[in-house]
Amino acid sequence: MKAKFTVVALAAAICAGLAGAAQAEIVVGVSLGITGPGASLGVHYRNAYQLMPKTLGGEPVRYVILDDASDPTNAAKNARKLISEDKADVLMGSNGVPSAVQMAQAAAEARIPMMVLTPANLTGNTLHWSFIVPQTTELMMGAIAQKLKAQGVKTVGYIGYTDTWGDIVYKAIQSHAAEGGYKIVTDERYARSDTSVTGQILRLMSTNPDAIVIGGSGTGAALPHVTLVERGYKKGIYHNHGTVNAEFIKVGGKAVNGAVAVTGPLVVPEELPDNHPAKKVSLDFTKRYEAAFGAGTRNAFAGYAYDGMLLLDAAAPAALKKARPGTAEFREAMRASLEGVKNVVGTHGVYNMDAKTHNGLDERARVVVQVENGAWHYMK
Amino acid sequence: MTPDIVLWLAQDGITNGAIYALLALALLLVFSVTRVIFVPQGEFISYAALSLALLQSGQVPGVVYVLVAGGLVAAALDLARAIRLRDFSALPTALAGYVAFPCAMAALAWWAAPLKLALAWQVLIVMGLVVPLGPIVYRIAFRPLANASVLVLFIAAIAAHYTLQGLGLVFFGGEGLRSAAFSDARFALGVVQASAQSLLVILASIAVMLVLWLFFGRSIYGKALRATAVNRIGARLVGIRAELAGGISFLLAAFIGTLSGILIGPITTIYYDTGFIIGLKGFVGAILGGMASYPLAVAGSIALGLLESYVSFWSSAFKETIVFLVIIPPLVWLSLRSRQVEEEEEE
Repeated sequence: MKAKFTVVALAAAICAGLAGAAQAEIVVGVSLGITGPGASLGVHYRNAYQLMPKTLGGEPVRYVILDDASDPTNAAKNARKLISEDKADVLMGSNGVPSAVQMAQAAAEARIPMMVLTPANLTGNTLHWSFIVPQTTELMMGAIAQKLKAQGVKTVGYIGYTDTWGDIVYKAIQSHAAEGGYKIVTDERYARSDTSVTGQILRLMSTNPDAIVIGGSGTGAALPHVTLVERGYKKGIYHNHGTVNAEFIKVGGKAVNGAVAVTGPLVVPEELPDNHPAKKVSLDFTKRYEAAFGAGTRNAFAGYAYDGMLLLDAAAPAALKKARPGTAEFREAMRASLEGVKNVVGTHGVYNMDAKTHNGLDERARVVVQVENGAWHYMK
Repeated sequence: MTPDIVLWLAQDGITNGAIYALLALALLLVFSVTRVIFVPQGEFISYAALSLALLQSGQVPGVVYVLVAGGLVAAALDLARAIRLRDFSALPTALAGYVAFPCAMAALAWWAAPLKLALAWQVLIVMGLVVPLGPIVYRIAFRPLANASVLVLFIAAIAAHYTLQGLGLVFFGGEGLRSAAFSDARFALGVVQASAQSLLVILASIAVMLVLWLFFGRSIYGKALRATAVNRIGARLVGIRAELAGGISFLLAAFIGTLSGILIGPITTIYYDTGFIIGLKGFVGAILGGMASYPLAVAGSIALGLLESYVSFWSSAFKETIVFLVIIPPLVWLSLRSRQVEEEEEE
């Protein structure tokens, strides 16, 4: 008897799910690592949702934010919960790449568009339903390649994490080697938890490269930089966008003065030239963010969540004309509409989505910054 | 590879090796006295280094909460035991050690943090905050299991490690910190420049080893620990309390861990989970020394530091692989040799 009832209930639930009741509002399901190892980034993303407008394309919107504790398994669970229980029309998340990939897979299975807030590498059907908000590592490292070319650098020494991030940055800087006119002469690896990188640094310096690129992130990128300076390396040291935060300078101290890195416009909006397309939006968001969360709290991450919202906002009107929120037709219409958004100015640059990459940013979404007197500054 | 690179790497390897040697000694000490493979040893390094860095920037390190809460739990366990046995004679000492002292240290840290005292005082405060965690961890996690098998104790040690590491993440956050160097001075040693910091590491390690040697050779407590290590039941028969010996060995291990953390904090960026890897390498050093002899453990650790340094020059991508690979031959040898001993242990 009980089993029969369960089957009936299940069937009813499935039918309801398939049909999808139209809702009076757009529901955006968000999963972020607000606790756990990724919390230092996740909190920034979460903060951005307090600054979001109450509508998307003129329609009321409700954000349901869940914590995945920086655990990909939880992110997948959250995604399914957001889809089945909260009837989300769109998913957004997460601040860790593995978590975001899990969410994107769940979103693709359920045929729900997803705004990916980390530079995840997606393909096939998963990419079909996902839109990647942040700049790709290739795009970012292209700016470093230009700097290297301008400096007349011929040989580059590389030292990066002995993990996926170290590989991604290496491949990105390698992919620009031909156009930049340089050659990568060493590929040294270290772990964030290493107590010393003396061996790797001596090896790097024995090849005497014209410049050194570090594939670390945050405070973890400080150790090789400090060791290089201690060992008397005088030429340029370049970092990727994962390194740009205040903690890196705090840990590195005086030694990291002069460090060059690439990042999004959101880190230094005041110093951008007035004709920079993202300056206005970026500056406005930074002011509101710092007014809400305190001076000096600015960061690139909150901007990704905000830009994700701006993209949804731009895509929603066309989708709302075709169907009501809460229906499968609306979700498909959102996906199609997102694929076609053009010239959406966000905090990180100008988004022009294309159907092939689902990543809309171009060269305008990167700026080169340098550490001067204990802070990151715009570098011309 | 030029001669000066050989020397640079040797200097680096010996500095790291000295830290591993300290940790190997602590692990060996705890293992021989209590049969616990003390996995959470590394957490004391992270706790100490991060606490010192926070004190230097004028903040109260979150370890005060761990200390006070841990002390209260330990005291509650002692209280429950006293009620059960209807013997309250040991309670005042327990309350003083587990509640009064941690609370006093926490209060001191609150008061001292904004003052940014001289380095020596900050080091003492960090010692006072982190070292008592050793006996507290022993009281909570290991004393109730004192007669369990090595495997059970090992599992308890893993649990304690995850608990302490998780608390470290909560109270110190995910980003790393680096404390200010004790001295920026550098000395020329031939073609190589040695920093005062790395000389300090080596000198402090030698000093600790000497003190340990004197402690075990001359003091009554040291002899009691040695007796317990040689034969637990025999030691108990002549009136040495295994619990006291365990407590002292954990106190010493925590002291060594804390000192290592304070020494290494200015050399590298320390994260909440860095200590574990450093502790693990101390363990590898102890294994290389056969897990039985203190001088051999020191030699094994120094050798490991040197190996790590040279491998990081030759093939940095495979550094950890090679460093942890060298543990296998000694383990095979140990397991072939010590089968008999283990059977005895099982009884």
